[in-house]
Amino acid sequence: MNRGNLIALAIAAVLLLALPRIITHEFYINMASQCLIFAILALSINLMLGFGGMVSLGHAAYIGVAGYTCILLTVAGYHPLIAAIAALALSTASAALFGMLSLRAPGLGFLMITLALGQIVWGIAYRANTLTGGDNGISLPARPQPFGFDITTATSFYYFTLIVFAAAFFAMWRFSRSPFGASLMGTRDQPRRMRMLGHNVWMVQWLTFVIAGFWGSVGGLMFVYYNVFLSPHALTLQQSAEILLMAILGGASSLTGPVVGAVIITLIKNVVSTYVERWNTLLGAIFICVIIFMPLGLVPGFRALWLRLRNRNKPKAAAPATEPAE
Amino acid sequence: MQFWIIQTLNSVAFGGLLFLLSSGFSLIFGLMRIPNLAHGAFFMLGAYFGYTLLSLKFNFWLAAIGAGLGVGLVGIILERFVLRQLPGNAQGQVLVTLGLSFIVADLCLLVWTGDPMPLPAPAELRPPLRYFGLAFPTYRLVVLGLALVAAIGLYILMERTRIGAMIRAGVDDMEMARGVGIPVGRLFTMVFLLGAALAGTGGVLGGPILNAYPGLDADMLPLALIVVILGGAGSLLGAFVGSFVVGFLYNFGIALVPDLAYFVLFLPMVLVLVFLPQGLFGRVQL
Repeated sequence: MNRGNLIALAIAAVLLLALPRIITHEFYINMASQCLIFAILALSINLMLGFGGMVSLGHAAYIGVAGYTCILLTVAGYHPLIAAIAALALSTASAALFGMLSLRAPGLGFLMITLALGQIVWGIAYRANTLTGGDNGISLPARPQPFGFDITTATSFYYFTLIVFAAAFFAMWRFSRSPFGASLMGTRDQPRRMRMLGHNVWMVQWLTFVIAGFWGSVGGLMFVYYNVFLSPHALTLQQSAEILLMAILGGASSLTGPVVGAVIITLIKNVVSTYVERWNTLLGAIFICVIIFMPLGLVPGFRALWLRLRNRNKPKAAAPATEPAE
Repeated sequence: MQFWIIQTLNSVAFGGLLFLLSSGFSLIFGLMRIPNLAHGAFFMLGAYFGYTLLSLKFNFWLAAIGAGLGVGLVGIILERFVLRQLPGNAQGQVLVTLGLSFIVADLCLLVWTGDPMPLPAPAELRPPLRYFGLAFPTYRLVVLGLALVAAIGLYILMERTRIGAMIRAGVDDMEMARGVGIPVGRLFTMVFLLGAALAGTGGVLGGPILNAYPGLDADMLPLALIVVILGGAGSLLGAFVGSFVVGFLYNFGIALVPDLAYFVLFLPMVLVLVFLPQGLFGRVQL
């Protein structure tokens, strides 16, 4: 990590910590919490998308498995910590199963299978009235009290979310810099060469799927803690697509991209929904425009633009003929 | 006895609808190697077009044909003006079809409101047929018959005509097909037209059974995916067999174990993926 990135990180950290002081209104603090929760989800899907080149359309399934497990166990009287651990364990286990199935098909078959699996989870949540409350959903009795701290207010929940987000961000940063992350990018770009080099391509992709599923479950659990309620509407294909769009819009293959995408989409969604009903049309239009006009996403796109502008100001040193020989 | 007959007929009629939906989906996948995620939206759009044509006092069958043509036109527009913008970018093309499906679904909600719209079956088909003291729902038998006609028609198109031979060549080896001078671009448009029109007609024919309602697209799309995962992509026979398997499982699942109707679909999908990842009759890798 170079100095520029370190400074940017420090500024971001200070801003995030001071945010409830800057925007004191509860509504906006809650929106910030939502942004962070979706950032966790977008980062987790980006492990597959950006580093592994696997496009999943079933990520909302983890919100469902983790969320319903947590709520049902809490309602049944278990300690919130046990409920949370069981929710993460079950949801990650389902990711292990879904990964085995989805990775049977390379490329777009993967996308189809994850979509079908996600819809099956949605369908079960929707139909299993006695367990999940069907279309009406079920409520979490109360937010948990991690280590005795009360997280019922907007500000305290925001800080709790920030801690979880920071942990997730750090873990995924380590992941992307690890030898395993490098081998994952290798399987994305040159699967055959990686196999020749003795890497177990399937295992690398499957482990990534499971890790992404784990962080997706963490995001899903936070989603349920935030809303204190879960219904099948949170597990639809549209939800999965929104999470995917966040990662693509911000720019897959970087860590800041999905976070930026999550913030933008969450803000647009909240703002637009208060004024017009046509959020879905806008979502679809953003999807199409991003794919056609900005396939690399905002963050890499602006970075390239900035570098080009900076190089233009410099005297002829960075002429295109002489590639930088580092 | 009556229960089993009704459920069986419901299942085969639903399977027929699924065939109209998934045969086009499977052909598009086989030829262009992309799952068209707007296919569920095409089905729903067809149902709504049919509803509007019926309320304009059109004959039911004319409404079915008209809705098919209308949705086919939407398919052509999608293929010509949107997917063509992304040559060689399969992943982008899929995501664009997904984005389009959201737009279509939302505009349907805007135009036809959130209430379910009934599409009444033609009056002459409403009274049930009575044989051996048992009642058979006439309309569902007719839907099954039409699906079989469509299946035979598609079979003849694919196996006995020049165009079908070109499509099959494209499915099996796109590069070679291009090399021997098959106009692949026009073929793409045609298959998209055919697939969209079949889905749209299916939406109208399914109307008297399912109604037109918001969310119909999201209900049908995963079923089409599962049909293709089971039957195998790019194969008519696969779509045919897969449709009826899914039709039976889904219908009996809802009738017998309503809570677990989707889980019933999950199991065969797992089995096929584990043992036959290309699907039962797959011509191309998923």
